[in-house]
Amino acid sequence: MRKISSVLLAIVAYLAVALPSFAQEAATTLDERVNAAFANATGWFVSFIFAPIPGTNFSWIVLWLVVGATVFTIYFAAVQFRFFGHAIALVKGDYSDPNNAGEVSHFQALATALSGTVGLGNIAGVAVAVGIGGPGATFWMILAGLLGMASKFTECTLGVKYRNEYPDGTVSGGPMYYISKGFKELGLPGGKILAVLFSIFCILGALGGGNMFQANQAHAQITQITGDYPGWITGLVFAAIVFAVIVGGIKSIAKVTEKVVPFMGILYVGAALVVIIVNYDMIGWAFGQIFVGAFTGLGVAGGLIGALIQGFRRAAFSNEAGVGSAAIAHSAVKTNEPITEGFVSLLEPLIDTVVICTMTALVIIISQQLLIDEATGLYMLNEAGTAVATVDGNSGVALTSAAFGSAISWFPYVLVLAVVLFAFSTMISWSYYGLKAWTYLFGEGKTTELIFKLIFCVFIVIGAAASLGPVIDFSDAAIFAMAVVNIFCLYFLMKVVKAELTSYSARLRSGEIKKFTH
Amino acid sequence: MKLVIGLDGQSSGEKALDFAKSIAKASEACELIVVYVIEWSPFSFQTAEENEQRHKRREEEIAIAMERVVEPAVASLKAAGHDARAIVRHGDVADTIDAVAHSEGATQIIVARSSAGGFSSRIFGSSTANLVMNARVPVTVVA
Repeated sequence: MRKISSVLLAIVAYLAVALPSFAQEAATTLDERVNAAFANATGWFVSFIFAPIPGTNFSWIVLWLVVGATVFTIYFAAVQFRFFGHAIALVKGDYSDPNNAGEVSHFQALATALSGTVGLGNIAGVAVAVGIGGPGATFWMILAGLLGMASKFTECTLGVKYRNEYPDGTVSGGPMYYISKGFKELGLPGGKILAVLFSIFCILGALGGGNMFQANQAHAQITQITGDYPGWITGLVFAAIVFAVIVGGIKSIAKVTEKVVPFMGILYVGAALVVIIVNYDMIGWAFGQIFVGAFTGLGVAGGLIGALIQGFRRAAFSNEAGVGSAAIAHSAVKTNEPITEGFVSLLEPLIDTVVICTMTALVIIISQQLLIDEATGLYMLNEAGTAVATVDGNSGVALTSAAFGSAISWFPYVLVLAVVLFAFSTMISWSYYGLKAWTYLFGEGKTTELIFKLIFCVFIVIGAAASLGPVIDFSDAAIFAMAVVNIFCLYFLMKVVKAELTSYSARLRSGEIKKFTH
Repeated sequence: MKLVIGLDGQSSGEKALDFAKSIAKASEACELIVVYVIEWSPFSFQTAEENEQRHKRREEEIAIAMERVVEPAVASLKAAGHDARAIVRHGDVADTIDAVAHSEGATQIIVARSSAGGFSSRIFGSSTANLVMNARVPVTVVA
């Protein structure tokens, strides 16, 4: 009792000190208050995740992702290149048994996972990478994409292998399942604790990168067209639509989005190709900037390391390789060979990062939005010295928009629609990933599911109201925290995937696994 | 002799069944295979939630097709004294009926005249028209 009263006393004392300043703050806008509160609440988490390796300015988390992807690439002897053709054949359905028609196909699982990853990371994230790290960041982004294919292969194979199949025919899969079941099977301790830890980070990732970052950048893009207005308004509208889909069960909205998003993706790449082809004489120069920038930095903040960190960081955020989210999406496929889904999933970082992200980067570089000092050939920095100076001082999605707009004047309008739709489809996907982690922790049931969905909607409003800095930091931190647990566990479980790979390739060579003739 | 009868759940299917009965009556040993195809593409886009539920939905779709279309048709054929069985598949209607007929070694495919009209059939053609153009087994379209 004495304890409670002392706590109460402390709260009263705090309020007495805090209230006057709160009253003063009331004059500031709601957006600013949300922003400040959010930055304060998440700062420690962000600092921990992005802490530099002592004595350097290189974040340990970036090294963690790169080492993970490199280890998987070496351990599976460059599986992403050896089985690339086979992955395409699987997606085409060459190895699908016609008797299983009507089940989730490899193509559908890939398309669903891609609609969760292709989005703002490819449009805004790349602009952030190139805006801070210069063109050289593109090189490291592509390299991270190529290496990340092996991480994705590993996690998605495990996702299918250890998924839960319920009596009613529905399935649940993902890192939380393969960590707990896989560790148990191998006789390793701590599987359950690690699975719980992953689930907590997955929920934070769903609320951060899968939600707030999307709402934030969608709002930023809309204001480019409409002029400035408070972010919480966009947040409320988005939250209402997402609420209608995930709580109200209005599937038609999600269905329309799922069908429109792939076409938006194709339109986006098409437009990027138009900009690149129109400026064909600059393609060589742009690649020159990418390669030189990758190894010298070309004057960007942090030099070579700055370019490298930005490239790897944005690639991981965009393709989510090693993060574990894709394993949730891929686990619904119908196959007797879990490894086939691993092969299919390795196409994801290729499409997402190596193709689409590179397109965005090339458009930004070719349209010369980044200012170069003619005398030195190096990139000029902004006043704070933190990023490359741009033509109109744009960053993030606004930079991409300006880059496209310089070649195709009406494209920024299309981009608004693309950003809003991408943001929306990513939110729907991540609401599902987050929900799977949530139900893993708290059990399935209407009330527990509703609580998560409501929290998810509230965070959309916060995300749209806060400014880009704290949102992007928290989003990255939460998603990378998932990768910390996931990659750690993948090191223990990769021998399971190796056994699957050895068995499958032997059967493929002997002709036991053969194509179905249609 | 083996006949494949493609049904689409429309009332015109009755005519196809009647036609098949008349041929079967005229021949000595005739097996009738009733095929119903649930329109489905492995290249459609779905949400993660739809994927999770897909296996369950597939079972439900097959059960409904069996109950409402295929089993009554097989029952009516059997009642008329014929040897009949049913197949329900997911896929493209024309391709799947052809694939079943081909793999079963059927002598003939019998389908009703397409009941669908309008805009989409003008652009993509009806399943019946596609079947007639591409089938590897003789096709009879019952008007």
